[in-house]
Amino acid sequence: MKELLLAATAAALLAGTWLAPAQAEYLKEHRGGTIRLLARSAAGTLDPHINYTDQGWQMYQPIYDGLVAFRKAEGMDGFTVVPDLAETLPQVSNDGKTFTFKLRKGIKFSSGQELGVKDVVASFQRIFKVSGPTSGTFYAGIVGADKCLADTKNCTLEGGVVGDEAAGTITINIAKPDAELLYKLALPHAVVLPADTPAEDMGSKPIPSTGAYMISAFDPNKGMTVSRNPNFKQWSEDAQPDGYPDVVQYDFGLSEEAAVTAIQNGEADWMFDALPSDRLGELGSKSMDQLHISPLSAWWYAPLNNRLAPFDNEKARQAVAYAIDRNTLVKLFGGKVLASPVCQVLPPDFPGHEDYCPFTKNPGAKWSAPDLDKAKQLVEDSGTKGQKVTIITEDTAISRSIGVYLQSVLTSIGYVADVKPISPNIQFTYIQNTNNKVQMSVTQWYKDYPAASDFLNILFSCASFREGSDASINIAGFCDKEIDAKMQKALDLGVTDQAAADKLWAEIDRQVTDKAPAVGLFTPKRLDFVSKRLGNFKFNRQFNWMITQSWVQ
Amino acid sequence: MSNVAVAAPRKTRGPWAVALAKLAMDRAAMASLAVFLLIVLACLSAPLYAKWAGVDPFASTLDAVIQIDGVDVPVMEQSTEGLGLGYTPLGPTWRLGNYFLGADSQGRDVMARMLYGGLSSLLISAAATIFTLILGTAAGLVAGYFGGVTDTVLSRFLDILWAFPIYLLAISLSIVTIAHGITIGPIQIESGSLWLPVIIIGIVYVPYVARPIRGQVLSLRHSEFVLAAVNLGVPGWRILWRDILPNITTTLIVFVPLMMALNMLTESALSFLSIGVQPPAASWGTIIQDGQALLYTRPLVALVPGLAIAVSVMALNVFGDGLRDALDPRSKVRLGRD
Repeated sequence: MKELLLAATAAALLAGTWLAPAQAEYLKEHRGGTIRLLARSAAGTLDPHINYTDQGWQMYQPIYDGLVAFRKAEGMDGFTVVPDLAETLPQVSNDGKTFTFKLRKGIKFSSGQELGVKDVVASFQRIFKVSGPTSGTFYAGIVGADKCLADTKNCTLEGGVVGDEAAGTITINIAKPDAELLYKLALPHAVVLPADTPAEDMGSKPIPSTGAYMISAFDPNKGMTVSRNPNFKQWSEDAQPDGYPDVVQYDFGLSEEAAVTAIQNGEADWMFDALPSDRLGELGSKSMDQLHISPLSAWWYAPLNNRLAPFDNEKARQAVAYAIDRNTLVKLFGGKVLASPVCQVLPPDFPGHEDYCPFTKNPGAKWSAPDLDKAKQLVEDSGTKGQKVTIITEDTAISRSIGVYLQSVLTSIGYVADVKPISPNIQFTYIQNTNNKVQMSVTQWYKDYPAASDFLNILFSCASFREGSDASINIAGFCDKEIDAKMQKALDLGVTDQAAADKLWAEIDRQVTDKAPAVGLFTPKRLDFVSKRLGNFKFNRQFNWMITQSWVQ
Repeated sequence: MSNVAVAAPRKTRGPWAVALAKLAMDRAAMASLAVFLLIVLACLSAPLYAKWAGVDPFASTLDAVIQIDGVDVPVMEQSTEGLGLGYTPLGPTWRLGNYFLGADSQGRDVMARMLYGGLSSLLISAAATIFTLILGTAAGLVAGYFGGVTDTVLSRFLDILWAFPIYLLAISLSIVTIAHGITIGPIQIESGSLWLPVIIIGIVYVPYVARPIRGQVLSLRHSEFVLAAVNLGVPGWRILWRDILPNITTTLIVFVPLMMALNMLTESALSFLSIGVQPPAASWGTIIQDGQALLYTRPLVALVPGLAIAVSVMALNVFGDGLRDALDPRSKVRLGRD
């Protein structure tokens, strides 16, 4: 009997139909009201299969669901994948190539339609039909994906995503085992939308959702209103918890300065954009209790073009890595509270990260100080002294100031350097295209999901480099066959032994760092400034602040 | 011998001397000229000032420490209260040669950058003015004198250029040329060169000069002295050079300060938008851009160059008005002895 009771409790917990007393009480006490968010601009298209921005992904969390989701929990727990629209995590068979999900019953879209197997199958096809930005990477391993990529309009993913209406199951077949598949399925690009959603970018038109909230109004120039989904009944607190506010009002257009003032005056509760640097001191001293500093899995770095002089020379690249004073860069970003110096690719607390810093005064685990003598010597040895280097930065205060500092550094070690800040709208694609002959640039990379490959394989594998393309994310153009083979080995190993794979990734991280295809600058932290009335601030490592898990009354 | 006394011929002054005298009597114009010359002199002293102050206005000096009244003061001060977030650049010391106007977000001496920035702004606006006047005058002379198809083609081309919003055109040209510069045959202008903004600003204002010049030439083309020269078989280029050009000189002179003022504003706007003078070089526009991120804590970094632009442009405009009045024979400014 006791066992039966325990099993029933466990089942209820798994199904997520039971609320912890604390949350239930809090919900009673704090439920309601409107959270007002501010951003300088909208995050682009509303379509979750296409939008590829931090801002969009954060907002989608209480709105859309996939078969699985990242746990809506604070800190590192947020990196755990939990079942969402699927009853449990999938059954894996066929040597890790077949994943079978059982769909939950009784879930409805905000439009009132019942969620069914056909919606899941259609959603996977839609990823390709709308040419989703990750269709060719994250989901390219699904059987039939190659045909879908070649002929997007007629995508069926035949044999790749198979639905069984009677059994309520969805089977995903992949061409080769992929240890990261569940992470990829938990991203907004794989959320489930109604089967009749047009196979085109929906732009400003909201798509019905299964989550606790739905988008009820959107004007890209004014704002977005997110309200409660009338058909939502919580099925899993881990995957899609009920929220506190009745409405989330996201307004666009205010400058960062104006947004800070609005929050100070209690007219808004939070702002998406980074706080203006000249307000940091004031806010850090007068509004400490309204600030939240959270670690990010991100990397500010300076890709060095490995295929163009002077950085086609390894010694020249290493010289730059030795010369840059990471403490100065940290200072430019707002100080040690907001960033930490870095030498390697993988960010701290990330799978595969082991402290490593060869390019510092006392090489070892941590960065200590720049070694200008060594840098100058390496420039001499490389025979590249006196060459011209142009640094392309984003035309934002921080990126521009980093560019100006790097120009000073390059000049001090013997190069003739200049800086070109260009519009943030085009800089990221501009620096990727080899036709633009960019020698050095300043950019950032934020993780998609918590796997070392999301940094090392994506940024530095031979396959990520595409000559003459705006989508050549291997900006440095680095391609080392030996390291590439090792990355493949680590990916394969991850299917059976993730710990061993992470060890191998750590080794790859060291090897890539040694070759200096790019110079790590610093690891940023997220600084959230909230209104005095906002309570229960919770930061999720995967998607940042969990908006609807905070209350305003 | 006649008894009639012959009056000695009255010595009259030439038109230039009259204009100069008229200008000298215009107090507002002279005061403006004095202010402008003072600014020019100050800007020309930029290298001397930087050397004297011992600062490099183009290098990041975030870790620099200066002495004020024997006390070491970092140029970038970290907040020590609360969470200790952010760094604030040193404020004005009001001591010449020692961060007089304080530091910017790279720890650089704002005063030294102001002087270098002024030098760039003045050089670019002056060079762009010369460029515009040469191109605009040539286009106006040719279109007005030769007429016919030449006039039609040139005028339509100028109309097209004029139809573009000036800043949009300048921004488009800047974006196209900013990363790789311009290469026309053997001439190569590198992306960081000051010649780029000179050429861009020079081109966009050509219609501004060419159209009034064309109008004047059209009217001169039918004047008796030009018709006489044509009938005598004087070649066209010689008529343009010897007869028409001297008659439009006053217009061109009046254009100089007015165009300089306009070019200075355009240069500042383009530099503010990161498509004019490129960092770490300075212009008043780039310093305003640097100061934009410091408006809350160090507003002077943006205000001072803004003020410098406003004063320079006003001085040039007032002087330009005075010059126009002085060179206009119908001007109401009267000289005592005339």
